[in-house]
Amino acid sequence: MKSTLQALWAYRSFIIGSVQREFQVRYQKSLLGATWAILNPLAMIMVYTVIFSQIMRARLPGLDPTFGYSIYLCAGLLTWGLFSEIANRAQSMFIEHANLLKKINFPRFCLPIIVVSSALLNFFIIFGIFVIFLLVSGNFPGWPFVALVPVLAVLIIFAISLGIILGVLNVFFRDVGQGFGIILQFWFWLTPIVYSASILPTGLQPWMVLNPMTSLMTAFQGILAEGRWPDWSSLLPVTLLSAGLCVLSLRLFRQRAGEIVDEI
Amino acid sequence: MGTVTVAALGKAYKQYPSQRTRLKEWLLPWSKPCHSLKWILKDISFIVQPGEAVGVIGVNGAGKSTLLKLLTGTTQPTLGSVKLEGRVAAMLELGMGFHPDFTGRQNVYMAGQLLGYGMGELEGLMPEIEAFAEIGEYIDQPVRIYSSGMQMRLAFSVATARRPDILVVDEALAVGDAYFQHKSFDRIREYRRKGTTLLIVSHDKVAIQSICDRAILLDAGRLAMEGHPEAVMDYYNAMLADRENKSVRQMGTQDGKVQTISGSGEATVIDIAMIDAHDQRVEVVKVGEAVCLRIVVEVRADLPELVLGYMIKDRLGQPVFGTNSHHLKRSLASVPKGARIEFQFRFLVGLGVGAYSVAVALHTSDNHIAHNYEWRDLAFMFNVINIDQSPFVGLAWLPPVMECKLNER
Repeated sequence: MKSTLQALWAYRSFIIGSVQREFQVRYQKSLLGATWAILNPLAMIMVYTVIFSQIMRARLPGLDPTFGYSIYLCAGLLTWGLFSEIANRAQSMFIEHANLLKKINFPRFCLPIIVVSSALLNFFIIFGIFVIFLLVSGNFPGWPFVALVPVLAVLIIFAISLGIILGVLNVFFRDVGQGFGIILQFWFWLTPIVYSASILPTGLQPWMVLNPMTSLMTAFQGILAEGRWPDWSSLLPVTLLSAGLCVLSLRLFRQRAGEIVDEI
Repeated sequence: MGTVTVAALGKAYKQYPSQRTRLKEWLLPWSKPCHSLKWILKDISFIVQPGEAVGVIGVNGAGKSTLLKLLTGTTQPTLGSVKLEGRVAAMLELGMGFHPDFTGRQNVYMAGQLLGYGMGELEGLMPEIEAFAEIGEYIDQPVRIYSSGMQMRLAFSVATARRPDILVVDEALAVGDAYFQHKSFDRIREYRRKGTTLLIVSHDKVAIQSICDRAILLDAGRLAMEGHPEAVMDYYNAMLADRENKSVRQMGTQDGKVQTISGSGEATVIDIAMIDAHDQRVEVVKVGEAVCLRIVVEVRADLPELVLGYMIKDRLGQPVFGTNSHHLKRSLASVPKGARIEFQFRFLVGLGVGAYSVAVALHTSDNHIAHNYEWRDLAFMFNVINIDQSPFVGLAWLPPVMECKLNER
């Protein structure tokens, strides 16, 4: 473990450089440049807000009447965006970097780090704008805001562990890549992001707990839309699951890392 | 620093009859392995001392690129071990992993960072890298629009920006034009002088013989031969033509060189001599003298076509002049068994002072690859001395007529 960390530190300029380059290339030949980083999520939020705010207004009484639903929506959408970006990009990272892996020797673990850093960069940009909006409209949640840090940490560990497992498997069994896109679609709608769990029929509501993302999303929504500290005990299962996935992913990675180059 | 140690190295790829069998093997680790192994390399061992230059040769598919990938660590060995001491710079195939959408400059930064340069160091080295690569303003364009030559120039420039302890080059340099090939080999030579260990894969005989101290021949994944570049290249050439017959022989000559003879034997050289103007056999000739290379061939089977070729080589095995009767438009057709043919090649000795050897080959059409009756290296040796011409140096004798005008001011 220590040698991996040392190797990663030695390659830090590669990691930082890669994140920079990915950001540059995305907006290299465009007129609007980096503003697209904001426009995309903004557009998505606007669409959802317009369609769903009418449906949802009655169901979320405790919220600020003007922006309540938008904030509730953003809390879930933006953090879900971080989760799905990490998991998706990690799942294809070995195949994407096949050329590099075959030509130059470097610590393979740099790739997950680059994926997380890149996704975090995009997240902070849009989330930063969101926080500014909260401050300006007077809806800043106050002290519970700091609870975001541990909850985000759990989210990230969950995402990247899942991503590494999928990434390694995808090299050998390409169905994984195809299947995960579909799974993510269903997963999004099975999580109370756009809606609140209370609109579901009472028979279904207990089943939501089985979805690890539910507790995370509920925590985010609580912090940002209602200014409430998260219910830490509800986060325990997903934290344990993340830790377990983390260990599993590192083991799988170490086992199969050598073979990956032969298959891509 | 700069030692390369390879011990009992082997590499095999797993082949599964179907994806399902692979899944079965993963899920049930205690069951029998259901894959077959395709061995690319088997039992390779050699040591390269610091500062040595080793050439790796072999036909396509012999395992050269796989060997280099194992050396640089991009792939893991199945058996055995590889150890490299010191900083390694490698150019495996063309692009060093260049990303097609990044600009040349961005790719230089990426490759440089992967080679272990820091950010500040790279910025300092950038002008030099640009100057050496000589691709002008293309460096700020995406690499996908580059030609293969430009990619190679940029990759070589980055890989050799700082002198590495070990430099590994895989066939990439062949893509460059003559000017850049000169530049790159000059730089390689300069680094060698300063102590860099070099491992190079090339099909270019001249390159291997002029730069390398040793050569390794890979054949079907095994180390077929290791030794002096000239002997190994001769063996390799003979092997190229001699796939089925396997009748390549190598013998030591009196002065310690290695003579390679190969071929199917349907025709053979029974006498070769250099004759001077007085019809005497000579082994020492003068610069500018008129001589005749006389070769007698005995034919042991009915042959549809017979071509005789010869190649004069210098003492290092570098080709100086070679041709054959096909190029001279005098190949023989329908030669009967039992015939004895005397060939005479008259020429002026336009060579510099030194020792030379002659290799001869009997084959069909214009080269020995199609059908090789006999290939004989070091068939004849002779020396050239300079008695009556003005002193000069070099392999070629190109006497100038000189004129010199003084301009009065």
